[in-house]
Amino acid sequence: MAELLAVRGLSVDFVTDRGPAQVLDGINLDVAPGEVVGLVGESGCGKTTLARAILGILPAGAARIRGGEVRFKGTDLLREDPRAVNDRVRGRAITFIPQDPFTSFSPVFPIGTQIMDLMKWKSPLVGSRRNAAGLFGRYPRERWRADRSSVLETLRAVQMPEPARTLRRLPHEFSGGQRQRLMIAMALLPRPELIIADEPTTALDVTIQAQILRLLRALVKERGVSVLFTTHDLGTAHEICDRVVVMYAGQEMEAARTDVFFARPAHPYTRRLLDSVPSPGGELRDIPGEVPSLVAPPTGCRFHPRCDYATAECRADRPALRGLGDGHGVRCHHPVDAGVDT
Amino acid sequence: MSAMWFVLRRLARDRSALLGLALIALLVLCALAAPLLATHPEDVFELHPAERLKAPSAAHWLGTDRMGADVYSRLLFGARITIVIGIIAVGVSLLLGVPIGLVAGHYHGWLSDLLMRVSDIFLAVPQVVLAIAIAQTLGPSLPNVILALSVTYWPWFARVVYAETRALQKEVFVESTSALGASAWRLTVLHVLPNIASPIIVRASIGMGFTILTAAALGFLGLGPPPPTPEWGRTIAESREFLPHAWWYATAPGLAIFLTVMGFNLLGDGLRDVLDPRLRRSRTATDG
Amino acid sequence: MRLLALLLRRLVWFVPTLVGLLAVTFVISRVIPADPVALVAGETATPAQVEALRHQLGFDRPLPVQFVDYVARLTRGDMGTSIFTRRPIVEDLAHRLPATIELTLVAMIVSVVVGIPLGVLSALWRNSVLDHALRVVTVSGLAIASFWLGIMLQLLFAMRLGWTPLNGRLQGFPPQSITGFYLVDAAVTSDWPIFGRALLHLALPAATLAFPALATLVRFTRAGVLDVMQSNFVLYERAMGLPRALIVWKYILRSALTSTVTQIGLLFGILLAGAVVTEAVFDWPGIGTYAVNSIVRSDYNAVMGFTVWAGAIFIVVNLLVDVAHTLVDPRERAT
Repeated sequence: MAELLAVRGLSVDFVTDRGPAQVLDGINLDVAPGEVVGLVGESGCGKTTLARAILGILPAGAARIRGGEVRFKGTDLLREDPRAVNDRVRGRAITFIPQDPFTSFSPVFPIGTQIMDLMKWKSPLVGSRRNAAGLFGRYPRERWRADRSSVLETLRAVQMPEPARTLRRLPHEFSGGQRQRLMIAMALLPRPELIIADEPTTALDVTIQAQILRLLRALVKERGVSVLFTTHDLGTAHEICDRVVVMYAGQEMEAARTDVFFARPAHPYTRRLLDSVPSPGGELRDIPGEVPSLVAPPTGCRFHPRCDYATAECRADRPALRGLGDGHGVRCHHPVDAGVDT
Repeated sequence: MSAMWFVLRRLARDRSALLGLALIALLVLCALAAPLLATHPEDVFELHPAERLKAPSAAHWLGTDRMGADVYSRLLFGARITIVIGIIAVGVSLLLGVPIGLVAGHYHGWLSDLLMRVSDIFLAVPQVVLAIAIAQTLGPSLPNVILALSVTYWPWFARVVYAETRALQKEVFVESTSALGASAWRLTVLHVLPNIASPIIVRASIGMGFTILTAAALGFLGLGPPPPTPEWGRTIAESREFLPHAWWYATAPGLAIFLTVMGFNLLGDGLRDVLDPRLRRSRTATDG
Repeated sequence: MRLLALLLRRLVWFVPTLVGLLAVTFVISRVIPADPVALVAGETATPAQVEALRHQLGFDRPLPVQFVDYVARLTRGDMGTSIFTRRPIVEDLAHRLPATIELTLVAMIVSVVVGIPLGVLSALWRNSVLDHALRVVTVSGLAIASFWLGIMLQLLFAMRLGWTPLNGRLQGFPPQSITGFYLVDAAVTSDWPIFGRALLHLALPAATLAFPALATLVRFTRAGVLDVMQSNFVLYERAMGLPRALIVWKYILRSALTSTVTQIGLLFGILLAGAVVTEAVFDWPGIGTYAVNSIVRSDYNAVMGFTVWAGAIFIVVNLLVDVAHTLVDPRERAT
């Protein structure tokens, strides 16, 4: 089964005062069609950078892609004609759900205007040719009507009350949760194949996070859309993901199906992460040490300074991907086996 | 004091601010060393009618004016007038405006409202017009020009200081010092003052440019120091009837004004960039 | 609702501020060593005649009484009579108002229509040749003395090249007076030769006046656009592949303009202040020259009349700007 999205060896640097920060180091990542993949990691591990690199919206001056490829349905997006990517891939085959619903809408235009502007260029009814109408080109009446009824239907699907009225109102009239539902709707309207969701519930109230997540999962499963979903919260990943990938300091450490991941984690970092989740009556267990600087990162496996099992090999070479069967992959020289526990 | 070094170092990285500083230094140099740099220093007072309206040459670098005086030399002495007007006018405005702003910001009652309304009144009419009215009332002379400018510029300082004082009053540290029993005025002087230094400095630099332009306008309208004082604005006014022939007569003082004001504006901008990070653009998260 | 509250608050302060302005100007204009009454009476007048004139003009009464009387008449729309023209000041002002307004309006339109797009482009193509060139313009715009710029433009375009007239509003007969604005009147009556000539006469003064305003607008628009470009909604629109032109000219510009609108009020202040001096340079028959002449001639009432007019305009403009700002920023409306 061909992967929908295949990232291979992606390395990205950010320009800083103290020299280039190696934010991503040779990342590999796969997303299969119809699959919800969770990309888990602490703040600063590079998951948002990875998401933006895939979308192609890294800040041009500050970020440099040092190498690697981002293959979407076989084509390397990094080497394609940028205008073609902007027209046909972004907002069509790949859509986006941002982290902060409070600032991701323009505050001065009604919701309807913003959604219909999106539909004007990205509606599934637009032909495969570029919309040659230009900036202020015509929006053909019939397509407008068809699109509008799609919009209303999708608004109902994300459980927005009074969809027609919603279109006339301004973003600030809605709560964070409602705005995120609107974002989900906008991500689904172009009938994408992949949605990149960057911590979509982090900015929301804890009480509605689960609601939104379940809504998203239900809708994408219905439509057979893949999701690459970044989060720092393991609970979220457990809730809605089919597979989980763990990142640390710009390197991916382990990838597995969700049940396998939580039952038999093989990477020391993953184990530490799972252990550190507070449980009622249990103690608070931290991972000793600190997140490394990315300007002068540790060599080899970047977790080695904080790892109990680190050896000279870990310092010298970045571990290659080791398959543990059943789609479970880990990049570690000393993966923890089921039978060999601390 | 280490704060000052920090500021100066950051400023040094800003090329346009450095250019501004250079221009201001040039102005000061011309003003201070005028007798030395001038080719015909006596021309400020003496007349040479035979030489009138000559084009720029080796003898007269910027030509001569209607009295036969060397334009270049008079320009240098004019720099003195410009600096004097600028410094004193802005200085007095500052001395007037800052205390008023502090008092208005400190108290919350009718006094505060009254002071701010009064300053609004002065801001309601363009400074030029008010300055013209005052200068005309008192008669054209150097002290009167300075007075007119000071009296009309203080509201800018008062406003800035008022806004900052009010903002600072809300800050936690002011509240806690107050809780520790420091007297209200001690609070203001010791705590608020250092924090308002930055906006005041920025405003002073920009104010210099603005004031010099207004002073030149007054001179142009005949309301500045009377002849034979080589004030730049007046020189431009004098030159009008001899255009287009004697183009150097009008061009040189105008360029002098331009370079001077630009110097203060560039410096002011540079200072603002360094001293007031709140005015900087916000940045969104770049990675997570 | 908030709009109404704002309006009311401003209106309440309108009158006291205006009165305060009047008081200040009144005091200033009366504390004069030179005696304009004597000037008007003429050199041959005897002291008795001067006193009689003083009494006739009401200048022999105590200052506070004069002030109260003035304000009272003002509420009836009577600004008094100009000592020199012997005409009611309201008439004098009305006669000269259109010239100043036409000049200021043209200058404002030019600076907005040219300045805003340039500011946007300057932000988009940051550090390009265009951006640097505009930087120079912006910085010099606020450093050049208006009167000197006017003179230089006259030197080049009128004297050396002969492309435009030297000064004045129009040579020859003005168009039929409907609005008092030569351009409008000429266009409405299809008098195109006059329209052309009026335009040429406007060219230099409007350019002189517009320059600092243009510089300010380019600067603020550039800063506004650069600021908005960092917003999350711009990031979202880029992520969703919306056409760049749409993002810039519809979404970014609109948000950046929110702050620019407040600058238009500031702009008006710059323009009006500049108008006084610019009119002097170009012999423009507007309110600016009227003000300067009145001041120079110690024409008390005319000076007061001008101050009332200018002050009122400013206060109204500031109010309109605040209203516009509230309208343009929908978040403020709804809260």
